[in-house]
Amino acid sequence: MSEEERKRPGEPEDDVSAASAGEQRTGTLEDGVSAANIGERRSGAPEDGGSAVSAGEKRTEAGAAATGAGTPRPKAAETAADGARTEPAAPARRKETEEEKAARRKAALEAREAAKAAKAAAAAQDAAAQAGSPGAAQAGPQAASPGAASAGPAGAAAETNEPPPKPPSPNQPRLDRAVQLLRELVADDAVESASINEANDHLPTLVVRKERWLQAARLFRSHEELNANYLRNVTGVDYETHMEVVYHLLSLDSGHNYAIKVRTDRDRPSVPSVTTVWETANWNEREIYDLLGIDFPGHPDLRRIMMPDDWEGHPLRKDYVPLDPEV
Amino acid sequence: MGVIRTEELLLNVGPQHPSTHGVFRIIVKLDGEIITEATPVMGYLHRGTEKLAESLNYTQIIPYTDRMDYVSAMTNNYVLVHAVEKMMGLRVPERAEFLRLIVMELQRIASHLVWWGTYLLDIGALSPFLYAFNDRERILQLFNELCGARLTYNYMRVGGVKWDAPEGWIDKVKAFVKSMYGKLDDYHALVSGNEIFLSRIKGVGAYDAETAIAYGLSGANLRSTGVKWDLRKNEPYSLYDRFEFDVPVGRNGDCYDRYVVRMEEIRQSLRILEQALEQFPPEGETMGKVPRVIRPPAGEIYVRIESPRGEIGCYIVSTGKAEPYRLKFRRPSFVNLQILPKLLVGESMTNLVTILGGIDIVLGEVDC
Repeated sequence: MSEEERKRPGEPEDDVSAASAGEQRTGTLEDGVSAANIGERRSGAPEDGGSAVSAGEKRTEAGAAATGAGTPRPKAAETAADGARTEPAAPARRKETEEEKAARRKAALEAREAAKAAKAAAAAQDAAAQAGSPGAAQAGPQAASPGAASAGPAGAAAETNEPPPKPPSPNQPRLDRAVQLLRELVADDAVESASINEANDHLPTLVVRKERWLQAARLFRSHEELNANYLRNVTGVDYETHMEVVYHLLSLDSGHNYAIKVRTDRDRPSVPSVTTVWETANWNEREIYDLLGIDFPGHPDLRRIMMPDDWEGHPLRKDYVPLDPEV
Repeated sequence: MGVIRTEELLLNVGPQHPSTHGVFRIIVKLDGEIITEATPVMGYLHRGTEKLAESLNYTQIIPYTDRMDYVSAMTNNYVLVHAVEKMMGLRVPERAEFLRLIVMELQRIASHLVWWGTYLLDIGALSPFLYAFNDRERILQLFNELCGARLTYNYMRVGGVKWDAPEGWIDKVKAFVKSMYGKLDDYHALVSGNEIFLSRIKGVGAYDAETAIAYGLSGANLRSTGVKWDLRKNEPYSLYDRFEFDVPVGRNGDCYDRYVVRMEEIRQSLRILEQALEQFPPEGETMGKVPRVIRPPAGEIYVRIESPRGEIGCYIVSTGKAEPYRLKFRRPSFVNLQILPKLLVGESMTNLVTILGGIDIVLGEVDC
């Protein structure tokens, strides 16, 4: 009796939570993605990731199909929730079927991918054909808007149609000029490589040799043509084969952006500090030192900034293993 | 009576101190009442968001961005989804983009209200705080109706927004905007001409444009020196190029100018909102065509937008997988705070709180 009583008020609550959990899982595409990852974590083994993801994918597909067919949402949600509930109970059995599913899924995916590629090729051809006509520029609603004529749509247009004869980037001359200035005024070997990052509004990107970086930074800061007086952001990246520090520069006067990369080896990573050029670099370099262990010779006060002073290791490194696995 | 012996005093402020706006600690060396050296200590709120992001897919990272600058979660949402959309070349439906812009501008107002209230609280005026939080509450209510959360919204998605505006929501925002103009005038009448207030903030914590640029300051901290730089105007994103608004700038770069700039920004946000609400598409999709699993093509991107605190940026290195290889947030609070020790040297101890509050930091974002 008392048990029943206890159960009854609990029931609707349970239903509500299950429904909402299910809804989240089946509701939209991207939540399906998160469900996939939940699945991934539950199954435990990281190398199983691919199959778990595809299993999650399948589940959302089923959910979407159910809602598409006009089945009331709660029902679909319930089944999904049920699935989620039984999941941890029989992991071994599930894993087996999962692998089978994964194989099937993979085949289907490959087929789909091939179809997509064919479609994309056709679309690219279409776009190329359209590019010549005057109406093409006004296809998107963004392009039709008054002020949007500048960077945005131009970048987008260059991204979507990629016919073999690629139009040169509007920023190519600026990149070439920067490379030329660095070669002339810093050193012949100052620039390792230079490219345009098209997806990123045609951002001129230079890889500068580590030994020349401080000089190059001074040039970027003070040369009247470059005049990069604003250091937007500094990022350290551990590429496992090497380390890289990326500087995003901006000239507040001309509005020109540059990305500079400086590479260093992974065993004793060190990049000259540019705190004397941009004050902004100070804490940014401390953060990179703290989290990635890159040394910045010339920094006035290089110590940890986020982690405690006695912390062991540098957490953002790809091979970082916490000293205390419980933490 | 002989000579009074004096010595330097080492004083610890924080980490749990109401005027540090979070767990922030600063060690000051005092000569009498004058600060001779200041050393900020932070990291108390460091949660390793960037490290965590490396094992999450992009949709899962969105809620983590809510918790960086928790006073302005909508702009944080946007910078991430915007970066991914740009990488993948996705088109966002117009209605979704309008909703994003509206919530971002509402968020800017809410954030500035928090700043206004707490800043005056720091300086010693209690009642403005109550006024500010009253009006901010109305914005939070609107957000609550829209997405079911008051602070950590998790509202935006790659390709659109999670929820469409409920019936009548747009009208409610319109009513709010209309009434907020009057409230803003009330705020000015209540505080802006107060002599005690002015004597506390005028000429305090001043720096020039060159210093601001060298320190990479952004937002009101940069504009207070007269540099007209607002990413909504200078590097337009979203739909900002469709609306008319001004970029308020100061002249002296002191706490007073930062105050004036932020207050004026509220008015400009209201202007943007008015236009956006007028042009809001009556119907349409709120989610674009997005692949089931979000895998940006291999490459890297740095996008930046104007958050209430300045330039918030997101740098993504993708290897074509569902999780980012490296994700870095450029947090305006972190960068802006860097100038603090420089500003404090030579100031009296009472001005520490005035200057710190004037920078407008959120510790969740400083530590990330």
